[in-house]
Parts: sequence; structure tokens; C-alpha cells
Amino acid sequence: MATLTYRDALNQALREEMQRDPNVFLMGEEVGVYQGAYKVSRGLLEEFGPQRIVDTPIAELGFAGIGVGAAMGGLRPVIEFMTWNFAVLALDQIVNSAAKMLYMSGGQIPMPIVFRGPNGAALQLSSQHSQAWESWLSHIPGLKVVAPATPADAKGLLKSAIRDNNPVIVLEGEMLYNIKGDVPDGEHIVPIGRADIKREGSDVTLVCHSKTLTVAVKAAEQLAEQNVSAEVLDLRSLRPLDEAAILESVAKTNRAVVVEEGWPHAGIGAQIVDLIQRGAFDDLDAPVQRVTQADVPMPYNKVLERAAKASPEKVVAAARRVLYLE
Amino acid sequence: MATKVHMEALSPTMEEGRLVKWTKHEGDAVKSGDTLAEVETDKAIMELVARADGQLIKVVVPEGSTVPVGNVVAWIGKPGEKVDGAREDKPAPTPTMSPRAAAPAPSPAQSTPVTPPAATRVKASPLAKRMAKDAGVDLKLVQGSGPGGRVVKRDVERAPAAQAATAPASATPRTADRAPRTGVPYEDVPLTQIRKTIAKRLAASLGPVPHFFLTTEIDMERAAEAREALNKQLGEEGGGGGSGGGGKISFNDIIIKAVALALVHHRACNAWFQEDHIRYWNEVHIGMAVAIEDGLITPVIRNADLKSLSEIGAEARDLAGKARNRRLKPEEYTGSTFSVSNLGMFDIDQFTAVINPPEAGIVAIGTIAPKAVPDGDRVSVRRRLRLTMSCDHRVIDGATGAAFLKTLKQMLENPLAMLL
Repeated sequence: MATLTYRDALNQALREEMQRDPNVFLMGEEVGVYQGAYKVSRGLLEEFGPQRIVDTPIAELGFAGIGVGAAMGGLRPVIEFMTWNFAVLALDQIVNSAAKMLYMSGGQIPMPIVFRGPNGAALQLSSQHSQAWESWLSHIPGLKVVAPATPADAKGLLKSAIRDNNPVIVLEGEMLYNIKGDVPDGEHIVPIGRADIKREGSDVTLVCHSKTLTVAVKAAEQLAEQNVSAEVLDLRSLRPLDEAAILESVAKTNRAVVVEEGWPHAGIGAQIVDLIQRGAFDDLDAPVQRVTQADVPMPYNKVLERAAKASPEKVVAAARRVLYLE
Repeated sequence: MATKVHMEALSPTMEEGRLVKWTKHEGDAVKSGDTLAEVETDKAIMELVARADGQLIKVVVPEGSTVPVGNVVAWIGKPGEKVDGAREDKPAPTPTMSPRAAAPAPSPAQSTPVTPPAATRVKASPLAKRMAKDAGVDLKLVQGSGPGGRVVKRDVERAPAAQAATAPASATPRTADRAPRTGVPYEDVPLTQIRKTIAKRLAASLGPVPHFFLTTEIDMERAAEAREALNKQLGEEGGGGGSGGGGKISFNDIIIKAVALALVHHRACNAWFQEDHIRYWNEVHIGMAVAIEDGLITPVIRNADLKSLSEIGAEARDLAGKARNRRLKPEEYTGSTFSVSNLGMFDIDQFTAVINPPEAGIVAIGTIAPKAVPDGDRVSVRRRLRLTMSCDHRVIDGATGAAFLKTLKQMLENPLAMLL
């Protein structure tokens, strides 16, 4: 067990998987010589050479398509997008080629490809570069979507993603790359589709993923000062969703608040709420509340940006509403 | 869209409420949860709270009016927002004697009859419904604390296992005041909510409940000595214990404790008559009749058998104070298993109390007074108490009641027996 940053945990997963399987290779903008825009691929070009650490032009649709072709040919590509905002350009390859290949080939052509990169807002990058795409991507049958929030989960989920024979989207976070945490050495696998209780509680379940884990944990700490015991459930995987874990927690606490970075309309939270109202109807003591980004393009202005984002204060207020404390 | 503020059912049995006082006024900003008005229910004065944020844009019911549950009493909305002036009432509010309500400004549009509120539909969270079903709690009798009166988990948890008991015995007459000779031969005073409930409840008791009465005289000399000794000790320990020895133990506290302990030994008297069964209680919750300005109410000392005399005393004082200020919460005056009514302080030698259904018994306490009693071949003066128990014959038979009274008498005549 070592204390690593999220970025180094991803780097460790990539290195170990490339050592383990010669078919694994990394491709994207600035992944080689520059060692990654966020230094996730530090040292990999030196170790594995330019044939397996491939710098590309600024052409997301093109290199995503090359990745799809490589996977069809039997390789296991890892495609890095500098951010998921740029990956919008590659959605045709992701949605129309990668997600459909196994289905439309009648099960003949598996698609063992990983698309990864930072997702959601960082700080003051304005509307076009501060978007959380998980509800778009989770919408598509044929894709798996994971969003690790801690260094250990980042390592374990990226390893699972690389070994999976289906296209897997790995949503990272610019604001997550520097966080530190204990990461098990060597073979550490986090199965896709398994949520994790990051903090146990009895009064309300805070459902979160990725960057909103920090928000939820801070909210839970504030709630504890108000004698409210909040359970923090980190989804980790958005598709497939760990429905049993969500329902089990709500059955225990009878109340839920769903926190996400994205917009409210048709967001991930909407899916969770749908699950809870069907699967835990008789356990509910209050309508489920959601905390999301405000329903506007992300403002550049620092104060407005802060106001638009999900925050611990908003989560605390929502938790108090489901507890009928205000 | 402006939000309607309804007269809410603030007690389990409330059908209408008198708007005593608006604590917010037109134009005031209000937040969900703020107290808008004080409402006199059939039991107490309760707070009507806002269920929406905004401004109190219109008050449609003047202070002093009596309004059926479910009627609109005000609107909350955005500043400047217009609401139609229609009152949406059932019957027009009846202003009472309150001078402040003398001339309520009539609202512009006349009231149009509107469908009565869905009084039978209980809003409850799915969990609360499931819990109520499992626990056999009737949701209609549970006061909801959620938005719009929604019954939620905590309300079911707090609800007593069965429904409310209400006003009981021995009303103290209110006419102590001398009537002013103003030339008017009489004064018509509308029934207050609590008076109406008392009338309904007592009629429902003496009629269908077959009462019988057992009286005994108890020697209180040793209880009085014990009380004096205890209070002396409390006074020494208490030191700066507040104003005028408020923490002292009263005869009433001793009697409540003795009744509770005697009930533990005579469960047959600690029971509720229900339509098709008798519920014998394992817990002992003593209802304590308290005279209030225009009626009476029985706040409940729960698990009185398990409490110390000073705990009972403190609780009794607190509940009586709340009762007199009309601030008792429903859970504080419901669920008693047996009642005590005390008119000793009014120099009443002996009286009979009316049973507080569904309870099966009540004891009426007269005054403790020195009396000459035979003592061997001499006569000595001792403090004596006459106590009468009213029994519901459907539950308690003569011998059963007598056995209970015997235990009670032994405990009071020998207070050490309470330690057994």
C-alpha cells in the first residue's frame, strides 16, 4: 500500500496493464513526448516506446476511429482525450462505431477499447470547457461508464476497463488528479458496476460519484455536527449501475439526496431517482432531492461559477429537506 | 402562482379552528416553517406555519374567526401578485366575542361554496404508511409534521399506539367572577372549541359508560409526615433551588405515584374499553385533570410508576403550566391509561369524577383535612382524605375496584410500601 496521487494511480494502472498485455497501447494528444497534458502518462514513452505510446494530431474523431479499428483488429487501445469537452468531436466513433460494433456484427467483433480523460468543470474554464458528460455517455447501450473518485478506485477501475472486452468510458477529473490516497500495490481490481459506501450513516443517503464525493463527504461532516448521520454512497460505475447497493442504502436510511456535477434535466440523478421510487417506494419517508449544477452554461465569473456548482451547503440544505428539518 | 394557506388539522380531533392572532401580516416576508398565526384548536393554542416561501400577500380571515379545517385563510406569493379575493370557504367564519374581531372587513367578493376539503385523505410518506400499518396506528389520528401536514416516519414513531383520550371529569365551574350588573339580563358566550369538545366527550361518557363509584377514607398522617421530611431534605439539598421552593413535593405528586404503583399490582384497572376488546396496559400513564380558564384538560405523566416523586412533581408542574397557557402538544395530553382528578385545593370533601374514555377508571381526590378519629379508646385528630374511584363496569367489577383501592390505601397510609 502506497500513498499516491490520483494521476500516479492511473499511471500505475496503465504501466502495469501494458506490462501485463503487449496488445495494450495508449494514444492521444500529447501523451508521449509531453507525457500527457496532466502527466498521467509520465515515463511511459521511455518504458514502452513510440509504437505503444502514440502522439496524435489534434483530431479527436480521427484518432478515436483509429482506436476503434485497432480494437477490431485485436489490440486493446486506451484513447486519451485531453478533456471530454474535446471528445464531443469523437462521439460519432464512440457512439456509432464502438458502442454498436459487437451488436451489429452479431457478436463477432468485440470492442475492447478504453476512452478516458478529465470530465466536468475545473476552475474558470468557462462554458465550453466545463461540462460533465456522464448522462450523455451513460445513455448509450453498448458503453460502460465509470467515474472513480479516489486514487485507489482510479487504479482499480482503469485496470478493469482495460481488461474488459467492451468499450469503457473512464471519466477522470482535472481537480482530482492531485488528490492523494492509499493505493494497493500490484493487482488491485475494482469491478465495474460496484458502488462503494464511503461513509456509513443511518439518516440519509447521499448518492454521489467522481468529484461530488468530496462535496458529499464535506456535507456529511457538516450534517454530523447537526446530529444527522449521513451515508455517502459513491456510485463509481454509472453504467452498469449498482442498483442493489442504492436500494439497500435507501432501505436503511429512508431518505436520499443525489448529487452530481451535471445539469438537472435528464441527468444521472434523474435515473437514480427513478430507480429509488420504483425499487424503494415503501421505504421512502420523503421525496428524493437532487443537487446538480445550475441549469445554465457554466459561468466564467468565479463567483457565479461557485454559485452554479453543487456544494456541500446545497447538499446539507437538501438533506435537511428530506429529513423535514426545515 | 400564489400558494393557499389552509386551516390545518392541528390536533387529531380538530374539525375547525379559531384564528386567535395573526403573527405575520399582509406584506410580511415569510419562509416555509415560519409561524403565520396562532390557532385555537379543540385542545390548545397551536401554531399555523407557512408551507411556502414568499410574501404573505393576502389574509382572508380576520382574527377571532372560526374556520373549518381545509379552508383557505391566507395566500403566500410574490410581492404584488394578485389573488382573486374569493374566500373559498364553506360556511362563513363566525366571529366570536373577541373585541378585536368586532368589525372584520368583509372581503370584496362573496364566498362561493367550494368542495369541502378531503378530510379523509391522509397525506403520509410511503414509509409512514407502512410503519403505521405494521404498528396498527390509525394515520387519521396522527398529526403530520411534514409539508402540508404530511405524516412522516417521526410522526408515526411518536404516535401513541392507539387513539387519543380527551377531556375527562369534574369540571371546575368558571363562574367565580361576579357578574357585572349592567342592566343586561344575560350574556351569550359562544362555545369555545374546548368547551364543545368537553360537552361532546362527557356526554359520550356518562351516557354509554356504566359508572359505579367506590369511596374510601384514607389516613394521610404518615404521608404528610413523609412529605414534610422529604421537602425539608429537598430544601436543604436544593439551596438556591429557585423561587419559593418550587421543587417541593405535593400531596398530588404522592397520590399520582401511589395510584401508578397500585395500578402495577392491579392491571385489571389499568385498561381501555374498546368496542370489541379490552386493552390491558402494561405501561402506566396517568392523566392529571387540570383546570384551565374555560375548561379542563388532562395532560399525561407517562410511566408514572417508574418515576421518582420529584420527577413526577417537576413534570406535573410543567404540564399544568403548559395546560394553563394552552401550549400542550397533542402527545402531551393523549394516551393516558388511568386518570386522577383533584379538587382538594377547593376544599371539596369528596366528589365523583367522570371517566375519561376509553379509560376504565378515575380517582377523585378530596381535601386533606384534620378529623377526629377513634384511636383505641381515645379520640385523636388526624389528617384524612376521602377518595372516590369511578369505574367502568364493563371493565372493572366491584371487587376488582375495591382490591385496587385497598392497595392504594395501604400505600398512602404507609408510604414506605411504595418502596416494596
